[in-house]
Amino acid sequence: MTSPPPLIEQHVLEYPGGYTRSVGTAVSRYLTGLRDGVIVGVRIGDGRVMVPPTEYDPETGAALDEYVEVGPAGTVVAWTWVSEPRSGKHHLTKPFAFALVRPDGADVPMVHVVDVAAADEMAVGMRVMPRWASERVGYVTDLDAWVPISDGETPSAAAVNTAEVSGEPVTGITVPIRLEYEINAGRAPSKYLRSLAEHKIIGQRAVDSDKVYVPPRGSDPTTGAPTTIEVEVSDVGTVTTFCVVNLPGLSEFAPEVPFVCAQILLDGSNTPWFGLVQGLPADEVRMGLRVQAVWADVLVPDARSIKWFEPNGEPDAPYDTYREYA
Amino acid sequence: MGAVRTAVVGVGQTRHVSARHDVSIAGLVREAALEALEDAGMDFGDIDAVVVGKAPDTFEGVLMPELYLADALGAVGKPLLRVHTAGSVGGSTAIVAAKLVMAGIHKRVLTVSFEKQSESNATWGLSVSMPFTAPLVAGAGGYFAPLIRAYIARSGAPRHIGHLVAVKDRRAALRNPKAHLHLPDIDLKTVEESFLLWDPLRYLDTCPSSDGAMALVIGAEDVADAAPGPAAWVHGTAMRSEPTMFAGRDQVNPQAGRDCAADVYAQAGITNPREDFDCAEVYVPFSWYEPMWLENLGFCAEGDGWKLTEAGVTAPDGDIPWNPSGGVLSSNPIGASGMIRFGEAAQQVRERAGDYQVPLKTGLALGHAYGGGSQFFSMWVVGNRKPE
Repeated sequence: MTSPPPLIEQHVLEYPGGYTRSVGTAVSRYLTGLRDGVIVGVRIGDGRVMVPPTEYDPETGAALDEYVEVGPAGTVVAWTWVSEPRSGKHHLTKPFAFALVRPDGADVPMVHVVDVAAADEMAVGMRVMPRWASERVGYVTDLDAWVPISDGETPSAAAVNTAEVSGEPVTGITVPIRLEYEINAGRAPSKYLRSLAEHKIIGQRAVDSDKVYVPPRGSDPTTGAPTTIEVEVSDVGTVTTFCVVNLPGLSEFAPEVPFVCAQILLDGSNTPWFGLVQGLPADEVRMGLRVQAVWADVLVPDARSIKWFEPNGEPDAPYDTYREYA
Repeated sequence: MGAVRTAVVGVGQTRHVSARHDVSIAGLVREAALEALEDAGMDFGDIDAVVVGKAPDTFEGVLMPELYLADALGAVGKPLLRVHTAGSVGGSTAIVAAKLVMAGIHKRVLTVSFEKQSESNATWGLSVSMPFTAPLVAGAGGYFAPLIRAYIARSGAPRHIGHLVAVKDRRAALRNPKAHLHLPDIDLKTVEESFLLWDPLRYLDTCPSSDGAMALVIGAEDVADAAPGPAAWVHGTAMRSEPTMFAGRDQVNPQAGRDCAADVYAQAGITNPREDFDCAEVYVPFSWYEPMWLENLGFCAEGDGWKLTEAGVTAPDGDIPWNPSGGVLSSNPIGASGMIRFGEAAQQVRERAGDYQVPLKTGLALGHAYGGGSQFFSMWVVGNRKPE
């Protein structure tokens, strides 16, 4: 008999609004330079000029503070062609080259993009110059792309910045970071999650143990033994301990404050369930309170199928019956 | 036991604040590292290996920050390790660094831990919502406050005990110029009147969110003997972990913490921690964790921790000061907080703790850290004399 495959869902990890990155002295010089239409490097201990600059010598760790303007023209040291730019991922929306470009006056190349029509226009050693964005805000894309220059041509200075920015140095940037995952719930949790969609709570225990795990993870964490025996547990349980949350805005999913977060020991289970307790004033919730799950109207294979727990009217459980779990 | 005698020979840390907009992450860790190197009379070139620790990468959104920090910390051409054990990471990072020396692999190891929490939001970083699971809607306090309620029910502790710790540690921090919170007017009344965030935890019962870094230089016996400053000799190190949840788990007084303490005490010859230590720097992010850890770490019998706190035993002038630096309640750059505990314990036995120096009698101090859902523990014992 084959069991159905594990459940899989997409998951996006993204800090809302992007990280607020303070850039430090060297990158501040670099980004402020880009905003002002110049490329700034730094002289390291052995006399070479590195761009973008760092606060410290990459070889010795010594502090650095001799900033040097480089470019604006430069030379392609190496390149690779991107024939199919990905929307939202790449800076340019047409085919382009990723390249190591060494600005004149620098000893180390920097990674950037070169904008040409076709790959056969690219060559190691080709001369390039910056194409500046007209609106420059103090970000790496202020240097929109490098473009070819012909022999004898002199790059012109960057045009006046049309963005409304202060003249203050750039000290911070906002960094959007997005990671997309495919989350596989695993076999044991999938059985439990599918049981929720059938208005049941299925846990598991190992052959030699009477400890029932809900949700199950496939093995007993104390022994590593597979939890091969399925056990249905009740949707009624005991509040072993709890807190009253008065702080709003902790999560977009949080109910209005005050609300109660509790550890609930479901009858027939040996591990606490983390859930909300509603249906009575927060200041009347107590350890030992007997509660029953309130199920969602539409049941799906997800823990959200149980919305919260409410008192079921039974007398409170004596402390000794759940002390071990509190 | 065959291990190389090992000591802390340099300590450095930043002034912890809520937001260091003036430095990069690299700049922040370098402040701590350079101060520790100067204390040790060294520069990056003298260091054999670098060990970096921090809490989840979701806090700053820099994945594998150890790679980005390699040249900032002078690690080019040297071994560079990164350690991660949630909130206990600062302690376990120091232990990994110490073991590289104890094992005879390296002579001089620089270890650095940090958090720059102003780059995002710790509550978000700790409670990212995942598919299939019910959303964590209450933050870290929502996880620990129920355990504190369970402790109060078990021990019969009066409700003001936590507030006493909140006042004690903030007053201690007034003598520590590097502490984040300096609250000169704090008293029991201001704590009792502060906002009830997660009943039973009030606002002033909780730790701040800080930007900061801590660094230690750890050296072998011959290095420590030749160092310009005093050494804090490592008399024992221990780490333990346990699953977040298993049937019969004591979440209030975790087995892993008790086992970790027993292990490190056995190595250091500690039989009565309340008498054998001059002070302890213990990870107390919520005030109630002082009485809870007093019991977990064997400073008293189970159920008696709150009585020690209430009697002032753990105050700077008590018989066993806990967190004379002000502790996690006064500064909490999460990834660094454990190493700050370890480093402050070292500073005490080096008699380098400035205005919050405790008198030395036994010359031994405990550094402690925990993390996750009270599931990772790391501890060390340091002393002002060489271990036997």
